[in-house]
Amino acid sequence: MEAAQFKSDQYVRFCPGCGDHAICAALQKAMAEIGVETYNTVVISGIGCSSRMPHYLNTYGFNTIHGRGGAIATGVKTAHPELTVWQMSGDGDCLAIGGNHFIHEIRRNVDLNICLFNNRIYGLTKGQYSPTSPKGFVSKSSPFGTVERPFIPAELVMGARGTFFARTLDVDMPNTVDCLKKAQQHKGASVVECLVNCVIFNNGTHNWIADRETRAERSIVLRHGEKMIFGANKDKGLALDYSELMPRLTVVAADDPRVLTHDAHLQDPALHRMLALMGQEKFTDVQNADMQPELPIALGVIRDVEAETYDEAVNRQIADIRSKSMAQTFDQLLGTLEQWEM
Amino acid sequence: MQKQTVVVRFCGDSGDGMQLTGNMFSSLSAILGNEISTLPDFPAEIRAPQGTLGGVSGFQVCLGNGVYTPGDKADVIVAMNAAALKVCTLGSKFNVAGARYDETESMFTKNAVVIVDTDSFTDKDLEKALYKTDNPFTELGIPETVQIVPVPLTQLTKESLKDSGMDNKAVLKSRNMFALGVVCWLFSRPIDKAIHFLEGKFAKKPALIAPNVKVLTDGYNYGNNTAMNINTITVEKAEDLAHGTYTSIAGNKATAWGLIAAAHKCGKKLFLGSYPITPATDIMHELAARKDMGVMVVQAEDEIAGVCTAIGASFAGDLACTSTSGPGLSLKSEAVGLAVMAELPLVVIDVQRGGPSTGLPTKTEQTDLMQAVYGRNGECPAVVIAASTSANCFQYAYEACKIALENMTPVILMTDTYLANGTGLWKLPKLAELPEIKPQGVPAELKGHYNAALRDENSIRYWAVPGMEGYEHRNIGLERDSKTGAISTNPENHERMVKARQAKVDQVANKIPELKVQGNAASDTLLVGWGSTEGHLHAAANELNCALAHFNYINPLPKNTAEVLRRYKKVVVCELNNGQFATLLRSKVQGVDFKQYNEIMGQPFAVERIVEHVKAL
Repeated sequence: MEAAQFKSDQYVRFCPGCGDHAICAALQKAMAEIGVETYNTVVISGIGCSSRMPHYLNTYGFNTIHGRGGAIATGVKTAHPELTVWQMSGDGDCLAIGGNHFIHEIRRNVDLNICLFNNRIYGLTKGQYSPTSPKGFVSKSSPFGTVERPFIPAELVMGARGTFFARTLDVDMPNTVDCLKKAQQHKGASVVECLVNCVIFNNGTHNWIADRETRAERSIVLRHGEKMIFGANKDKGLALDYSELMPRLTVVAADDPRVLTHDAHLQDPALHRMLALMGQEKFTDVQNADMQPELPIALGVIRDVEAETYDEAVNRQIADIRSKSMAQTFDQLLGTLEQWEM
Repeated sequence: MQKQTVVVRFCGDSGDGMQLTGNMFSSLSAILGNEISTLPDFPAEIRAPQGTLGGVSGFQVCLGNGVYTPGDKADVIVAMNAAALKVCTLGSKFNVAGARYDETESMFTKNAVVIVDTDSFTDKDLEKALYKTDNPFTELGIPETVQIVPVPLTQLTKESLKDSGMDNKAVLKSRNMFALGVVCWLFSRPIDKAIHFLEGKFAKKPALIAPNVKVLTDGYNYGNNTAMNINTITVEKAEDLAHGTYTSIAGNKATAWGLIAAAHKCGKKLFLGSYPITPATDIMHELAARKDMGVMVVQAEDEIAGVCTAIGASFAGDLACTSTSGPGLSLKSEAVGLAVMAELPLVVIDVQRGGPSTGLPTKTEQTDLMQAVYGRNGECPAVVIAASTSANCFQYAYEACKIALENMTPVILMTDTYLANGTGLWKLPKLAELPEIKPQGVPAELKGHYNAALRDENSIRYWAVPGMEGYEHRNIGLERDSKTGAISTNPENHERMVKARQAKVDQVANKIPELKVQGNAASDTLLVGWGSTEGHLHAAANELNCALAHFNYINPLPKNTAEVLRRYKKVVVCELNNGQFATLLRSKVQGVDFKQYNEIMGQPFAVERIVEHVKAL
């Protein structure tokens, strides 16, 4: 299939320079490569800039209400597991107003592909701080800086016993397409955190790694089965340092025998969490803005483990019980009641 | 003693099994040919401290011929302990110091038979129930016309089960069966029928059958042999019922089964998204157990997710429902607005309870009417209908599904605690005899040209669902262009769309039955009611020899509403709220001087009070 088949007739209204343009194009490309028909693909969103996405995809789409995309997507997928269901959401939609649905769709492991567009700001309501804005962040609703601690989405996903987490950057099309495709291949709730730039209200929020010059030094694209090597000259690797009570990740030379090989399928999320949290401290407090993390920001598929999906389990239980039941029609059901002639 | 109808009330501690006893006696009476109407009345606490006034649980049933309500006051009381006697005697004044029997407050008539467990009137029991003296009957001022029947229930039950090998706790739990035995004797119920019924009830716990049958039989024989100084009571059998096969059913179960019937009728999958809330939860319980009927239930993370998962299922083409009570309806209101805007079929069941806020979770009220009709942002019309008996919850749940699927609209079905927990006789339907349901579809010629704004000549949006090739489209909660379905903020378009959604709900009036007048249509007085009060208003209209117009369709109203109401000189809108339906009628029907009778006590009407107030108007 061609990416063009997934383009709707709607004019794309993201601001010029918005990171969502790139994700939109990546989605069309990924959907075409995945090859599920447009009519068997459903895209559900809540409210926010990123939630406009369904309008630009020539699939079945439903742009719903703020925060509720997760619950509505859960309904679609549970009722009809044969459909491929995507959810488009932002850091406000998913982690603030829709936080409850987000953790529960992950906990249940509903087979959804969830794109979490993280620009650390509310764009559509014109610039308020979000649950991923660093502490101290100055915005229209925090003129003196926020006093609250942000979420790190990966930590929340793993805390909710998530089975899939990937991170990608708006300006990195190949990795984005790859993550989206792997999210679709994964059976269960797949969260792809898309780091997107808000050119109007939070321009440059991901510059630390978005900058082409330094990206290779400051980030690592993790690939299952491959050594954790990064740097412009591929000269650095990640290893575990066991010198203290709790092991911690550390940077070693690429040829060091201690360099880890990425295993996204580890059931135990401890290492995945450590990888996902690399360098995140820099973004949790404005006071840390000048921090130069030694560890690279992890991109790519960090966690991808198997577990039973909710939608399958629900449907299987119904099929099992129905196949064993004596009463299958409504009239037969009436027959099971205590009844008498009057 | 032969009576047309008799009201019996079982009351005791929350742990005494009064609901089970009451339900068994009611069903047994129904099997033996009586009409029944029941009223479970229990505290919000699962187990209040034993023997206290707060822990009293009651179950009232009216049985006989021509039964419309569970009755205002009991003719027979079974009081399992001192606290229960006090609560029944003093009614709502049970915790007022020095309160004494008075006929308006008491739950029993002045000629009632009151059976008490004398073993539960020890000094300790009296103390727990806050008696001041050691003579509860005198202290409560129970008149001499009331016939007190003292039975040492606890001792007799222990005696009955002494060889059963059951432990003391299990033995004490069987007291209710001894009481049931005594009541079966009092009403001349054939004991073999009662035993047969009990065996059916305990079919899944066979070890419990023998001891329960023994206690029941001993209770029956006790009544028979001790030559109690009371006359047995014979109640008339139902005469006016249509011939057929009946069962007794509670409103919540009837609601659940109405949804199942509708799904099977139209061949759609039934999906319920819900969250536990009293008194609606039994609907979810019932449907969760009906996987054999292919029902899918998602117990969601909250009320909002309950309705939203249902909206998802509806978008995907299923018959989607959500069940809740007042506070939950508040939480769902934004999502119901989405279903209105997206023009998706959705059934929202509101089992009303006492409000506002958490209010009185286990009590009944009709206070959500305005919330159902108007409680959403924007011009947001939805169809609102109401069931009026426990049994017809089935019919109106079915009807809600039919209207939703055929008209692409959310339908809010109103029931309440009284209907939900109460039981009545239900004539079993046959699926083939139920009205056809033809869900809205989409014409084949729209393939390749479809969008979510396209509608038919009745203003009903066409429904294409995922999986259909060539009908890919985007639906939205934003305003959409009336032709292209794309997001639109055009002023004329918005007004056009508001009117189109309103027209769609309004035209439902062409598809629902006209309002019928019950009772003495020629009277110049008309009682008006809606929902669960039909039985009480019917009985009141009979006593007043006046007319009754009872509404099951609230929005839109039946087409002949204004014409019917204008025929009467005195129109009295009676409802269990502060006048919500009266307010609605005033805004819809001009030229009628609506009078009101309202009660907001968390209890169903008493027929006697309606009659008294209407006479005084």
